Amino acid sequence: MAYQLLDHTGDLGIRVWADDLEGLLCEAARALFDIITDIEQVEVHLEREADVEGGDREELMVAWLNELLYLHEVEGLLFRDFAVTEISEGRLKGVARGERFQEGRHVIKTSVKAVTYHQLEVKEEDGRWQAQMIFDV
Amino acid sequence: MSREVSISIEKVDDYRWRIPREGGMRTDGMVYADERMMRVIKKDQSLLQVMNVAFLPGIVGYSLAMPDIHWGYGFPIGGVAAFSEEEGVVSPGGVGYDINCGVRLMRSGLERTQIKDKIREIVDTLFVNIPSGVGSRRKDLKLDKGQQRKVLLKGAQWTVDQGYGRWEDLEHIEERGRIPDANHALVSQKALDRGRAQLGTLGSGNHFVEVGYVAEVYDEGLARAMGLEKDQVTIIVHTGSRGLGHQVCDDYIRVMLQAAQRYGIELPDKQLCCAPIRSKEGKEYLAAMACAANFAFANRQIITHWVRETFEQVLRMSPRTLQLELIYDVCHNIAKMETHEVNGRGRRLCVHRKGATRALPPHHPDVPDDYKEIGQPVLIPGDMGRYSYVLVGTQGALQETFGSTCHGAGRLLSRHQSKKIARGRAVAQELKAQGIYVRAASQATMAEEIPEAYKDVSDVVEVVHGAGISKKVVKLKPLGVLKG
Repeated sequence: MAYQLLDHTGDLGIRVWADDLEGLLCEAARALFDIITDIEQVEVHLEREADVEGGDREELMVAWLNELLYLHEVEGLLFRDFAVTEISEGRLKGVARGERFQEGRHVIKTSVKAVTYHQLEVKEEDGRWQAQMIFDV
Repeated sequence: MSREVSISIEKVDDYRWRIPREGGMRTDGMVYADERMMRVIKKDQSLLQVMNVAFLPGIVGYSLAMPDIHWGYGFPIGGVAAFSEEEGVVSPGGVGYDINCGVRLMRSGLERTQIKDKIREIVDTLFVNIPSGVGSRRKDLKLDKGQQRKVLLKGAQWTVDQGYGRWEDLEHIEERGRIPDANHALVSQKALDRGRAQLGTLGSGNHFVEVGYVAEVYDEGLARAMGLEKDQVTIIVHTGSRGLGHQVCDDYIRVMLQAAQRYGIELPDKQLCCAPIRSKEGKEYLAAMACAANFAFANRQIITHWVRETFEQVLRMSPRTLQLELIYDVCHNIAKMETHEVNGRGRRLCVHRKGATRALPPHHPDVPDDYKEIGQPVLIPGDMGRYSYVLVGTQGALQETFGSTCHGAGRLLSRHQSKKIARGRAVAQELKAQGIYVRAASQATMAEEIPEAYKDVSDVVEVVHGAGISKKVVKLKPLGVLKG
């Protein structure tokens, strides 16, 4: 998976790369769930839609990931596949696919409380997209 | 990310370091630490964060940091900052995601020898009775909407009303277990959804219930006033507002990102986003934060009730024999409107404590009657293998730090580094060999929380004691720990 773990004394950060913004949002989501669980053990049995708003790309990134965290916590879901279906100024729609957490089959490696705005970066450089963010764990 | 930043810092005395005002800073920074700690602190960016907080409008006094300071997001962990009600701001990042994460301490009528052979059974039963780890909950505690609303408005007072604990408990909780001016209508549906199944749950990470004993008494008189003596069994509960608080924080950071722009507040870091205390956004955050804080008070109160039940169940003793009484309950992630004397006159301030504990002196009006003569009890948990401390607040804290002190050991290693160090080691066995029975909801938690991952909490406590912003009373050592 195309992400790098950033070591932060109190918390945990990631850096992800992709060819376009949609891909970047999906990679970040995969990285998030790879930190939460062993993503290879997650199968696709259901899907949820996310529809979020944010003032800029950075805020959209955080809103998208926090929406997935919300679904994870409230419905006990683990996701592995992601798609961004619509992205425009200030709004993002996406789909996350996965299944319900099952004791024994799944592990929770790290419980993530939130995606923070601290040292948050979403940018394009020479045609390649890159993002950096820190999770509160 | 661990690049060293060059920051000019002046040593004031053995325990105080000043970061002189420069650039956009509105005031100096002041860090409480000894020389050795400062060398470590300089390695991360937490001092830069102390400087960043000093940029915010309406800051009164210094941008403060306690000796357990470490790199947070936006505000440093261990940061204290007060803002004037008229010109100042309130920032959700200055409280953190785990709103009213806090600690409570109970004493018992038991001596450590009485539970020595029972500790395993006690911890295993705590594990059954208190949901810990991700997604766990008690099936017998389900709240309807009306009840959940009452939790947000009334905090621990509601839980006692429902039979979880005793009315006397409330006297020994910061704010009597209920922050006023909470408004549930300002808490989003999402936050309510996240909180619904989480009342009465420990959560994961560094949250715990610890059964221990008084290992050392530093001040007989102060200890006696708290009903503590050597070898007495004690219980610590450390948890917060769970997903409900995390969601309130996230919701209001989004609000504040726009508000800060609207009010023309320049932010050195987005996570510091804020709004004037008197603005609509500021007031609404404080009212929503109060709801999450009350949820946390209720959470610790319910867990306390289950701790009492566990002891009755395992030891087959009556509550009268067990005497499991609440000594005190403190918040260490909170922003509160308080009155402090500044340059000789009383001013209303919004005091942010992010990884810092209130520490009021004797005779302060907010100190409960039972502690009027000694000052407010302050609870400083350490790591699961070493020790924790009980302190009291002092006049020095009230004068220098808006009545604040440290909150814990502070991490030394990242979670990732801890896991690396713990790999291949039987952490539970190692602790057992030291006489500490630990049960964790997950192996990952056990590895992340190894004692070496934390600074030695006694170093932190020596600084606040030496600087006179708290006073040592007793040291507690663990016998059994339930980790979330």
